[in-house]
Order: sequence, then C-alpha cells, then structure tokens
Amino acid sequence: MFRSLSNFDGGLFDEFRRLEREMDQLFGAGSWPSGIRSVARGTYPPINIGSTPDQVDIYLFASGVDPKSLEISIQKNLLTIDGERRLITEEGASYFRKERFDDAFHRVVTLPDDVDPEKVEASYMDGVLRITVRRRETAKPRQIEVK
Amino acid sequence: MTAEKEIVKSGSGAPVEGRETERPIRMPVDIFEDETGISVLADMPGVSRERLDIQIDNDTLSIQGKTQVSMPDGMEALYADVRSTVYQRSFSLSSELDGSKAEASLKDGVLALRIPKREEHKARRIEVRAE
Repeated sequence: MFRSLSNFDGGLFDEFRRLEREMDQLFGAGSWPSGIRSVARGTYPPINIGSTPDQVDIYLFASGVDPKSLEISIQKNLLTIDGERRLITEEGASYFRKERFDDAFHRVVTLPDDVDPEKVEASYMDGVLRITVRRRETAKPRQIEVK
Repeated sequence: MTAEKEIVKSGSGAPVEGRETERPIRMPVDIFEDETGISVLADMPGVSRERLDIQIDNDTLSIQGKTQVSMPDGMEALYADVRSTVYQRSFSLSSELDGSKAEASLKDGVLALRIPKREEHKARRIEVRAE
C-alpha cells in the first residue's frame, strides 16, 4: 500500500535522485562541465525537466506568482521564461526573516532538438508552472516491419 | 485537519523498501510581527491543501507538506533543481503566542499562517497622567 502511494507521486523524483547519483558516479562530484546557460543552484525559480517519447515537460516551482506576469517564449528548442514576484511588505511590522524571493526572474532552458515550437501548452497550479512541449512526429521511435 | 495528517504520515512516515529516505526541503519563509501577532509566509510550490500538515504542540510549530505534481507515465528526468517531494520546517514559539487560535491559508503554493498573541500580552499603551 505504501509502495503504491509513494509511486503515485514520487516516481519522477526518484528518477531525479537516480540521475544525480549517476552523475556523481560518472564524473565525480563537481568536475563535469556545466551547461553554458546553466545557473547557480538556488536560482529562482527551481526547475525540473522530464521527458517522454511524446513530449518534454518543464516544471517551474514558482509559488505566489501571478500567471499573467509570466512571459514564456520559445525559439526552436530554446525556451525562455520571464516573470516577477513582488512581495507586499507589511507596513509597521517588524521582520525576523525575509528569505522569500522578491524580484524579477529570467530563465532559459535548452530543450532536446526535436521539440515542436508550435505545440506548447502552459498551466499553473498550486504554485507550479508546467510547460509541455510536444516532440515532432518524425522524431518518435517507429516500428519498421520486415516484408 | 486530522484526515489530512493521515495522508502525509502514511506517505512520508513509513520507509519504503529499496528507497532512500528523502531529505526534506527547507523552504524559504518570511516571518514578521505586529502588535496583535506573528505571521509566517512559506513557499511550498506543488503542495495542495490536502497534503499540508501544520501542527502546534508544546510550543513547537511544525509545517510539513508533500508535493503532488501531475506527470505522464514513463517520464524520465532530464534535469532537476528540486529533488525531494517533502517540505519541512519547524519553529519554537514563545508563550505569549496563542497556538490554539492560529489560522492558515494556502494559495498558489504560498502558505500564510497567523498566530495571534494572547489577549493579556497585547501591547498596551500606558497613559502618563499629569498630576
């Protein structure tokens, strides 16, 4: 019962941890080259990317963002997300902690080459922006029959 | 709240065979105080109301949430900043705060929690009488 419950929503995250472990094993911690557009860990908003043969999904963990303030654009396989999150400071209150992000943000994601820039959908739920980009039909694996 | 607690507990409490224990994310918070109480704002993207668990007991406030993000079957990871499905943070409260009157709301992955001060601790302006 526990297994099915955790698999239900933890599947991809397990996969992410596996990816991290494999990277460490392959390259040793910290010595592999960074992507030219990669950013420092902790950059807002955090992003996860997952793929299937049909599509690539980009998840931005951006809570409290007005979806209307988001500008998402794609050129070939380069996805750009601009947005901002401005917090309201309570007048007359004294702050003990101010850890939450309060600024404009900009992130660029390089997607696999076979994505179709015409087929992009975005939705925002519980503070997570999900962008789905379809892959081109021709790029999908095809069964070839031997006559 | 009790039903919600159960879901979180069964999801994160029991170790699952062959699966490493998940290190929770220490989510960023803003905390501020005014005359009537303390407010906590916490970023918990991906957490819905049903998967949020807030407990105040013995002057300890603990906030826990589990993300649920819909994703297609058989998806493989290409890149990940977020590597855990659990958020967790706790704070100790001082005695003038009335945990039993705390109120919480969750919108777009932002938790807003308000803990009022007990009546007798609310700052009172002291008049200086002129003789």
